[in-house]
Amino acid sequence: MTGFEGANLAIDLLNITLLTILFVVAIAIARLRSLFAIVMLSGIYSLVSATWFVALDAVDVAFTEAAVGAGISTALFLGAMVLTSRTAKAEKGATQIVPLLVVIATGAVLIYATIDLPGFGDATSPANTGVGVEFLERTYPEIAIPNVVTAVLASYRGFDTLGEVGVVFAAGLAVTLLLGFGERSMGATVRREDRESSNKNDEDAS
Amino acid sequence: MKGDHHVILRVVAKVLIPIIALYGFYVHFHGEYSPGGGFQAGVILAVTVILYSLIFGIAPAMRAITPGFARFIAGLGFIIYVGVGIWALAMGGNFLDYDALFREPPGGHNGQQVGIIVIEIGVLFAVAGSMVSIFYAFAGRVSEIRDEDW
Repeated sequence: MTGFEGANLAIDLLNITLLTILFVVAIAIARLRSLFAIVMLSGIYSLVSATWFVALDAVDVAFTEAAVGAGISTALFLGAMVLTSRTAKAEKGATQIVPLLVVIATGAVLIYATIDLPGFGDATSPANTGVGVEFLERTYPEIAIPNVVTAVLASYRGFDTLGEVGVVFAAGLAVTLLLGFGERSMGATVRREDRESSNKNDEDAS
Repeated sequence: MKGDHHVILRVVAKVLIPIIALYGFYVHFHGEYSPGGGFQAGVILAVTVILYSLIFGIAPAMRAITPGFARFIAGLGFIIYVGVGIWALAMGGNFLDYDALFREPPGGHNGQQVGIIVIEIGVLFAVAGSMVSIFYAFAGRVSEIRDEDW
């Protein structure tokens, strides 16, 4: 990514800006009590992190984050929010302090762990010398499609992807079984209205 | 319509929804060459249905794409994916071993490419159907969202 003078500085500034926005949005989500504002801000959080993934050259992850995190999740949260109250209750005392301590401790451990990680884009890191090179070299002769990500997901790791699809299907099935049927469900109402209106049309015709 | 302050939303959505659907199919069928694939395309196609129901109401959306159809698509996608695995088993290979699909000699790529395309269609169906089903289940619980509630 160092094609010209100052490119590294520009990328650093971009990363710092995006991470600052993420930090501010996360603090705002933690402080707010209005669920509608929280849902909207979490959508913004997903969108900004998708932008950051693009800056890190992880386009597939960014794509999924934008579609699922900013798109579907926001709509589903809105749908779930309508079923409950519009504001969250404020926590007091220990319930406010203990999660903060847990978050600080986890963050410190994670930052400590990053010291051992190889640098970003390091050509000698294990990911770039071991299995990654193997996949890049073998994909085209073996699978004959240009996108290595698709080849890995659908062919080399086909069984994992089957499990992921199974998880998505099971989630859809579970939510539908819990909420999707019965007297209060919209599907039943729509069907009943359609039946009544078609009956009325039949009577009008006869 | 008098007093309809969502008119701009409705007009823009009418133009955008087909384009979003088209983009979803592009993401799916171009997944061989560019980022994307069945999962992202399924989510984008589900978003078209969700956008339609957010703007025109849940009931019209449920008449266009019925909840039963969404559930059927979700199950069908999963069955397609598992079906490819069983097809490979029946041809004498391992589960999901696409090289075995047509019993090609080494160096043939038909099995790999057909296998990937078919399982991606399965992923597309399963994800789109599941997402629409989940949205219908949540959004269909209440009759209408009043404007002052926002």
